Amino acid sequence: MNRFLKKTVFALALLVVGSGMAHARDQVKITGSSTVFPFSSYVAEELGATTKFPAPVVESTGSGGGHKLFGAGMGPNTPDIANSSRRMKDSEFETAAKNGVVDITEAKIGFDGIAIAQNKDNEPMSITLEELAMAVAADVPVDGKIVPNPYKMWNEINPSLPARKIVFYGPPTSSGTRDAFEEMVVEKICGKIEGYEKGYKKIRQDSAYVPAGENDNLIVQKLSKDKDAFGIFGYSFLEENADTIQAAAIGGVTPDAETVASGKYPISRSLYFYIKNAHYDAIPGLKEYVELFMSEKMIGKDGLLKGIGLIPLPDDARAKVREDVLAKKKLTLDDLKKK
Amino acid sequence: MSIHIDPRSLRKRKNREAQFKALSYMAISVAGIFLVIFFADIVRQGYTAFQQTEIAVEVTYTQEIYDNPRSAIDEKIAPLVSRGVTRILPMHLRENPQLMGKTEKLWVLANAEVDQHVKGKANRLKPREVTLVDEMRAAGEIRKAFNTGFFTNGDSKLPEMAGILSAAVGTLYLLAITFAFSFPAGVMAAIYLEEFAPDNRLMHIVEVNINNLAAIPSILFGLLGLAIFINFMGFPRSSALVGGLTLALMTLPVIIIATRAAIRAIPDSIREAALALGATHWQVVWDHVLPLSLPGILTGTIIGLARAIGETAPLLIIGMVAYIQDMPRGVTSAATVLPAQIYVWSSESLRAFTERTSAGIIVLLVVLLSMNAVAILLRNKYERKW
Repeated sequence: MNRFLKKTVFALALLVVGSGMAHARDQVKITGSSTVFPFSSYVAEELGATTKFPAPVVESTGSGGGHKLFGAGMGPNTPDIANSSRRMKDSEFETAAKNGVVDITEAKIGFDGIAIAQNKDNEPMSITLEELAMAVAADVPVDGKIVPNPYKMWNEINPSLPARKIVFYGPPTSSGTRDAFEEMVVEKICGKIEGYEKGYKKIRQDSAYVPAGENDNLIVQKLSKDKDAFGIFGYSFLEENADTIQAAAIGGVTPDAETVASGKYPISRSLYFYIKNAHYDAIPGLKEYVELFMSEKMIGKDGLLKGIGLIPLPDDARAKVREDVLAKKKLTLDDLKKK
Repeated sequence: MSIHIDPRSLRKRKNREAQFKALSYMAISVAGIFLVIFFADIVRQGYTAFQQTEIAVEVTYTQEIYDNPRSAIDEKIAPLVSRGVTRILPMHLRENPQLMGKTEKLWVLANAEVDQHVKGKANRLKPREVTLVDEMRAAGEIRKAFNTGFFTNGDSKLPEMAGILSAAVGTLYLLAITFAFSFPAGVMAAIYLEEFAPDNRLMHIVEVNINNLAAIPSILFGLLGLAIFINFMGFPRSSALVGGLTLALMTLPVIIIATRAAIRAIPDSIREAALALGATHWQVVWDHVLPLSLPGILTGTIIGLARAIGETAPLLIIGMVAYIQDMPRGVTSAATVLPAQIYVWSSESLRAFTERTSAGIIVLLVVLLSMNAVAILLRNKYERKW
């Protein structure tokens, strides 16, 4: 039994040593949006490779999960930065403040377009944002009444559209891309139509919208087999797979770096990260990470992140954001309230 | 009296047998075919990742490197070279100032687009670059070499640099911690239940619960780990310690069940003989039952651990599915594991990661198959018939 006993004692000792550590950390910890993840980890790697600091740890939890961890408190056991594919919510700001996270700086890093794409062999498709909303919403107005979405074919929505089955492969409810899509397509259109309740943004749950998992590569693969279908996913996947898929024009505009940055392409959103300013002194490498991320080399017009699908901010906006971030401008609730 | 057999009935029964055999045969063929398709597909997509394209360049060290590292390489060729090579030049020069003004001829990593072109896969090279690459290849200045980087690098966002080392080391850490906790606890629990426990209602409840635990979806163990080890005990998130402990919780019931089965297979005559010679109950267990059942226990443990290293779901909850480039430097530093690394690569937008994903799967499968092979060998070598 001696050997077993020794092992157990050792194990227990390890446990005690482990729990006794409110240890300091020498590595930046980042958490949050899976959309910002590729950019964030790219910068993390660059920091690790070009400086003496270890590469930060970047976790992909989704924007909501990231803010929850970020706002849970201060200290080395909480992340220093939260990535987010939307602005911080008022409620998240208040929770964070209640837990002692009061000095936060917001960094806007660029845009991400959401592409509505189909198989490259198909005829190019051009639809309006309204037609898109009518195809994906759970309820639509027919003869002045709101009824569960009856449309099965595109030409039922508008006779000038092709007689093609309506099928979407899109993100599941847990995804930030889905939130953004609901807001920018369904809420934007249905919000203007009478008869809907306020803030309506439901996506249909019948076979016309197939939640295809968090992995955008799977959606791209589905499009090569299902020629009727449209896929809903991030712009970077469109760029990378340009030989097999093409984007539908929304309101006559196809997504590219220019139309997304200028806002001409209607389905695009801003990407952010949030920093705990009080962690600057305690965590080595945090300052350098933020400086590197905000540098022209990364988020600039021809920056490295553009190569992997980030759409840069316009020049003046970028300069302003950089100045604010480096000056550690404190985020207030009022900032979040004004759009 | 003769036994009368109706020939029709006999034929019917024989037919039934033939049908049943055919069905069983089909079932096993279907399973086999799926397995072959799966392996073939993974290998087809992944084997190319074990080679990596290299390019011959002349690196000239000048003052300009500090501002623009790419200037060290001929500007025509520079776009073909991996960023992983050029970005470390300033630091390299700062540490080796004697290199200033010198020129070195080196084989360095080509970037992923060149690599994919050389491997005949889809890429985003410009037509001008394609011609250049083809020329250089004909001239022997671009070559494919064994991809040692895949085994010696950590994760990277540059597909050509990405490797499995940090994930493999993380897996080893987790395995060691899982084993250190679940093996002694599991074996002792099983010994108690088999050899010492009274036969009462409480013990039945414990038994039923252990069997149930073994069947619980693994993600629930992740939630348990999050609640106990991170939120209550305050261990650092994403650390190997938390991951190992969580997997230990998951493996524990498997080890208990395997150990109990192994102990039960020891015939009572062994115990009775020892007791008859005056051994205490404890001596019987320690000197006879345990050594004899050890092969069975180890087999069960290895299979339990093999299941644990293939897990991602519980690790997702405790923050181990993340971008973690460096090897863990201790049980409390952040670590990732092989299946988590595969998962992260599979959701990358760059297509050069596809082959890396498959190569990662191949490595994981090889590890799992070897663990199972060891379990089978142990069993065959030490198995005893009573």
